[in-house]
Amino acid sequence: MKSHWFHLMPYQDLPEDFKEKHPSVWVDVSSELFDPARGHQFYNEYLDELEFADSLGFDGICVNEHHANAYGLMPSPNIILAALARRTSKAALIVLGNSIALYNPPIRIAEEMAMLDCISGGRFVGGFPVGTSMDTNFAYGQTPLTLREKYREGHDLIIKAWTEPEPFAFNGKYNQLRYVNIWPRPIQKPHPPVWIPGGGSVETWDWVAAHDYMYAFLSYFGYEPATQVMKGYWEAVDRAGRDPNPYRAGYLQVIGVSETDAQAEKDYAEAVSYFYHRCLHVPDHWAAAPGYLTLKTIKSLKSPFSFEQLADLKWKDFVEQGYVIAGSPATVRDRLVEVLKEMNVGQLFTLLHFGNLSAALTRKNTELYAKEVLPFLREQLWNEWEDRWAPHPMKEEDRMPVAAL
Amino acid sequence: MQEVKVAVRNGKFTTSMQWGGNGEPLLFLHGAGGPMVGAPFLEELAQNFTVYAPAHPGFGPGTGIEHIDDVIDFALYYHDFLDELQIDSPHIVGHSLGGMLAAEIAALAPYRINRLVLVCPAGLWLDDNPIPDFFTFNPQQMVEHVFHDPSGSMSQMFTEQLQSPEAQLEMYKCLASTGKFLWPIPDKGLKKRIHRLQLPTLLLWGESDKLIPPVYGEAFQRAIPGSRLVHFASSGHMIMLEEQEAFVDAVSDFLLE
Repeated sequence: MKSHWFHLMPYQDLPEDFKEKHPSVWVDVSSELFDPARGHQFYNEYLDELEFADSLGFDGICVNEHHANAYGLMPSPNIILAALARRTSKAALIVLGNSIALYNPPIRIAEEMAMLDCISGGRFVGGFPVGTSMDTNFAYGQTPLTLREKYREGHDLIIKAWTEPEPFAFNGKYNQLRYVNIWPRPIQKPHPPVWIPGGGSVETWDWVAAHDYMYAFLSYFGYEPATQVMKGYWEAVDRAGRDPNPYRAGYLQVIGVSETDAQAEKDYAEAVSYFYHRCLHVPDHWAAAPGYLTLKTIKSLKSPFSFEQLADLKWKDFVEQGYVIAGSPATVRDRLVEVLKEMNVGQLFTLLHFGNLSAALTRKNTELYAKEVLPFLREQLWNEWEDRWAPHPMKEEDRMPVAAL
Repeated sequence: MQEVKVAVRNGKFTTSMQWGGNGEPLLFLHGAGGPMVGAPFLEELAQNFTVYAPAHPGFGPGTGIEHIDDVIDFALYYHDFLDELQIDSPHIVGHSLGGMLAAEIAALAPYRINRLVLVCPAGLWLDDNPIPDFFTFNPQQMVEHVFHDPSGSMSQMFTEQLQSPEAQLEMYKCLASTGKFLWPIPDKGLKKRIHRLQLPTLLLWGESDKLIPPVYGEAFQRAIPGSRLVHFASSGHMIMLEEQEAFVDAVSDFLLE
């Protein structure tokens, strides 16, 4: 079982009346709320936290991409990974990921990821999300109906750019390049592992299974919706004739570990509320621009997706309905083993910092998870399977140490 | 009028159209909300013209939107449509998205089109008067922007029609296809081609159109040599429904001049 430490990098100073006074956390959130001096503090604190996770033996440290968003201060996650590549040495460096359709031309992604793979000595994992409607359609102006086609063309171009040894011409519908020839090249051959974060679109499952990639369901709604999504995904894996190796599946979970269940509420309830009530304040009209979801996916949805359903939930609801797994180490362990087994999932993206959780409590949460939960899961789950989606770094002795100043 | 199936480019595109009437050919191009099947103004126009009112690719029964990448592809599709049905020198009446399309069809080959009526067309962008982002509208907001009287019976009927999941899915599909031509800003270069509209052109605008405000009518009139602009005092964006009789008269008088 793999545990990865995932950071969203939220802005922590959204006012208490944010939901009442501001239209959204995304797309049209006022930049007057952003204090760059606080930004300086958050970025450095958050980098410390990711580095701390590496030092405690997490399998991976993980960042993602958002735009015009007050809960995700990473328009360019590759900048964050570049900083982490120098100050960490063991954990996989995971970006989940770069939204391919936003880069023009997308070989920019092939280039930057190859740089990260070289700098880190082959610890890099490249994620390719389609991207949310807020990021891609509203903030970056992409046409909803053609977003997925453009994404797939970009994917094909990137993989070819990594694997084709000679310069080649690419005559695509969205990209025309007379000379594709990226320098540098990734260390990992044929290319770094590709992980596909998804929100539950039906078409993505078959595509991921056909390519033998890792599928990561990144929702903030915990294991209940994840169980439904994973069911659909495993059916697609089976249709494609692939094995049910749990490492080809991942999901994200908000987690709070403390001494006791009662202490967990004291430690984490406020930050959980900040996260779900302020960070996820997204009105329905941003959720999916017309054409962002295919008609097939819309018809498969039981009810229209809405962030607004979170409004009335409290700590007890979040825990009982599985949005959050929190409590003593034993509580967290038992719950995780149960749901990971049920979903057959081998890659867990732990959200151990969320909302406005303080640096001290983030450290506590991370440390307790690393000492009391991570080794247990590692021992208990999936040792009969090989993780074929992990990066393959250079040998330790071949890697350049970071020189002392 | 009757419902007729049409195939264009050897069946690459298929659609249905309402067809019928007597007189010179009139091609009606619908807006982003989809084909206006059974709308009385089409029957009225059919008294004086042979009306062709097809559904666009990607709207209602129209297929083949995946073969159309931009507004020029869209306009060329309609040139093929006219070839397929051997329609000579049609008048074109286009509403909103369909107005933008009509202008593009005529800009590509002005000598092929008889007369042009643009009903509050999309296609231009004024920085000082931005068109609101209707892709994010809920039914209530839509009604407030497109109707002169948002509490009137027509608005209520529209809102009621949008209650069913089927109607909502159809609207989603229409707006998804519309995104190919109007996302994220409804300006796809018509301003570079609009000078080619050297044919008799009539512009119709509802005075309380809050979707594409009347100031756009003036911009279109300035850009199209010799065009005429007529305002409708009791209409928003849906003149052909809101002031049906005056609409039909204005269109018929202009086309029969």
